[in-house]
Amino acid sequence: MIYLNAFLVAGTICLLGQLLVDVFKLTPGHVTSYFVVVGALLDSFSLYDRLIDFAGAGALVPITSFGHSLLHGALAKAEEMGFFGIAMGMFDLTASGITSAIIFAFLVAVFFKPKG
Amino acid sequence: MERATYVFDRVYLKGTGTSVGPLEKQGPLGEYFDRDYENNYCGEKNWEAAERRLLSDAIIIAIINSGLKLEDVDLIIAGDLINQNVISNYAMRDFDVPFLGMYGACSTSMQTLLTGSIFINSGMFNNIVVASSSHNATAERQFRYPTEYGGQKPPTMTFTVTGAGAALISSIPSSIKITAATIGRVIDAKQKNPNDMGSAMAPAASDTLIRHFRDLNISPDYYDMIVTGDLSQIGSQVLLDIMEYENYPINKLHHDCGKMIYSEDQKVFAGGSGCACCAVVTFGYIKRLLDTDQIKRALVVATGALLNPMMTLQKETIPCIAHAVAFEKCEVKP
Repeated sequence: MIYLNAFLVAGTICLLGQLLVDVFKLTPGHVTSYFVVVGALLDSFSLYDRLIDFAGAGALVPITSFGHSLLHGALAKAEEMGFFGIAMGMFDLTASGITSAIIFAFLVAVFFKPKG
Repeated sequence: MERATYVFDRVYLKGTGTSVGPLEKQGPLGEYFDRDYENNYCGEKNWEAAERRLLSDAIIIAIINSGLKLEDVDLIIAGDLINQNVISNYAMRDFDVPFLGMYGACSTSMQTLLTGSIFINSGMFNNIVVASSSHNATAERQFRYPTEYGGQKPPTMTFTVTGAGAALISSIPSSIKITAATIGRVIDAKQKNPNDMGSAMAPAASDTLIRHFRDLNISPDYYDMIVTGDLSQIGSQVLLDIMEYENYPINKLHHDCGKMIYSEDQKVFAGGSGCACCAVVTFGYIKRLLDTDQIKRALVVATGALLNPMMTLQKETIPCIAHAVAFEKCEVKP
């Protein structure tokens, strides 16, 4: 069942993204940014956590989960450290994603040449 | 309306040169191009160097095809799409010839040609090389995204032609005469979508065409062929509709370089664009049609969208321009 849920949830998120690009003429940069913000907003009242329980990777793989992780990390650290924890914990959960993006981008740039 | 068409009596198209990338060679006009490369690097290290190579090729071939030498060239006028016209400016390091750089977006091919023609007609210059270039990868990075980014493209988007075209124009008579040119005005049809430049440019093309016909008091069928630069599939239809409405129907005469250069099965969205699009089609294909007497008179209207990505982000509309140059086959007096 979770496979179907994953398919439906991730598919719906991608459909929204495609509509933003085609109908509202937004650039891929806009869409990515909006999705991060929406994911962060949905972390309120643990809405996004419930979506993850429901759809698994269907909610974890799209970029919305990045926004969710940003806020999640920030709030967790804030509970522990107070106000400054927001800044300290912001990238806790997303550190591995950001680091691997940088490393893989570096490796690809070193070993491959674009064909144009 | 001010008169904007200039008639020449001693400007001749002496020789042309074209150099293109692999996709353009595979297209329907492939056989008309002088030189081509197996991949988009053109044997160079990066895209800008590749485009410089294409531009230099085209200029050298144009001079050779004219039967002249570099020393005979009084002036080179060239332009491209990249910031600060760096392709032309840097390529000119290798040419020991006076140089004027020009920017007219994709209208550069005819902008340089009409400027050169006016210079020659003035009697102050004898031989001028005009050239323009574009490269898919440099233009995508400049105006959209780097190709490596892999952003989605809508079907209205055009595909920048990789290539360069050059022409040597001269006061020495030859079989193709440049008879007239119309300088375009900046026309803004309040179109905002940078992914559909054909529709944005069509009103500029129609403005220039109508003024050309009015100034010379001729009808469109004076020409055997009316060729626009890179309106592509969508923009061409807009142009035909406007011209029909304005009582200058050109349906039977109209061709668009953006539609001619690639075939239907090549994945190029709405068709070709870029400075090189009009340049290689005009200096390769149209020149050959005139040479072989398949047509006697041709009017080429190069269209340019004068935008940059910053203006698009500031939600500005897209100002456009179109310049027209008329070619005529003539008898050379011995």
